[in-house]
Amino acid sequence: MSASAMLPDLADLLAMDPYGLPAADKAARLGQILEQLTAWHREHCPPYQRMLTVLGEAIARGPGLAAVPFLPVRVFKDMDLSSVDPGQVVKTLTSSGTSGQAVSRIYLDRETAALQSKVLARLMASLLGQQRHPMLVIDTPSVLKDRTAFSARGAGILGFSLFGRDVTYALDDNMQLDLPRIDAFLEKHRDAPRIFLFGFTYMVWRHLVQPLATLGRQLPLERGVLLHGGGWKKLADEAVPPASFRAALAERCGLERVVDYYGMVEQTGSIHLACGQGHLHAPVFSDVVMRDPRDFAPLPPGRRGLIEVLSVLPRSYPGHALLTDDLGTLRGEDDCPCGRLGRYFTVEGRAPRAEARGCSDTYAAPG
Amino acid sequence: MTPRETYTNIFVESFGVDASALDERFVYQCVPTWDSVGHMSMIAALEDAFDIALEVDDIVDFSSFTKGMDILGKYGVNL
Repeated sequence: MSASAMLPDLADLLAMDPYGLPAADKAARLGQILEQLTAWHREHCPPYQRMLTVLGEAIARGPGLAAVPFLPVRVFKDMDLSSVDPGQVVKTLTSSGTSGQAVSRIYLDRETAALQSKVLARLMASLLGQQRHPMLVIDTPSVLKDRTAFSARGAGILGFSLFGRDVTYALDDNMQLDLPRIDAFLEKHRDAPRIFLFGFTYMVWRHLVQPLATLGRQLPLERGVLLHGGGWKKLADEAVPPASFRAALAERCGLERVVDYYGMVEQTGSIHLACGQGHLHAPVFSDVVMRDPRDFAPLPPGRRGLIEVLSVLPRSYPGHALLTDDLGTLRGEDDCPCGRLGRYFTVEGRAPRAEARGCSDTYAAPG
Repeated sequence: MTPRETYTNIFVESFGVDASALDERFVYQCVPTWDSVGHMSMIAALEDAFDIALEVDDIVDFSSFTKGMDILGKYGVNL
């Protein structure tokens, strides 16, 4: 191998408007950073190097950022992939993904963990400003009880609670809406200009909206900003479309600012926030490529495919280019009516098993 | 209690350590109790005790016992 791979410097990305880089500039900068990360992980993660060698051209199809070799996200369930010495790992994130499947293990060193927080802070500031607001978590405090083994749910709550203060849980240990506690919280913060609410989409529906409807209760949360994520699959199973979700929150809580996000434990930090148009936006720290599930060729806007996520953050594990099992559609780049630059997209659920099998079989082989 | 004593006590109580262990080598994740959960409850205790609200960047940068003293200085808490 030639000269040792260098880790990219992200200082200038961290200093700029996270949605302010036009397409050509972004492709050039991200292309360079992602190339450095590929070289770094090749040098420091032998199984990654072997996979790239075996898979070759199949995983780097397309021009520009699509030429960065990707791994299927499920490889983190099958293999331990790390690009640092075990002694440098300060945190291990796990996610179960779909229930019943194996668990992903993501190894973070101090620097990667700190970068994740910094980037998330930049993105959250675009939503909430620099201030930390009183925070209501639509979940139960018991998800954080086992501190040595967080679920993805617990890790998400903890990560976002950095942006709140007086973090209060809306549900008790039995997942029941704790109305006395919520009332006391709202009374205590009645002069706060804003309340930050966070929850997983399904939890918000099942454990906030539905109980309020059953009780015939409303909550005065007109000042609220609700950030929710984790996908619509469970709600789609109950035939709850996003518009009904929003309408119910407006009716029950007076909530007008309801913001969906798309992110995953394998790329913590560089999340995609939805704008008022319902479009998810890739910030300067990340990008997306939609790929044809049959041959992984990149798809143009308007064509549904498997979502590949690119992130400049993963240093301690080779997760900078990951093909997910999620289906999505690129809607455009740099021209969303909301004014944010960068690619924007929608997520339409999870690929049916058969459709995704082609790639998982391919990638199971080298493990 | 002096502000310094309050600061030290919050570390002792949040992380279950002896005050003698608290110096520049006492850094984030040097003990199992100073994990991300412990970090947020320590920050909340400091905010309550000194009646301040830290900015997000300062919470992220709050990486050691001594670094924390510099950060609190920005909020007018002199330790």
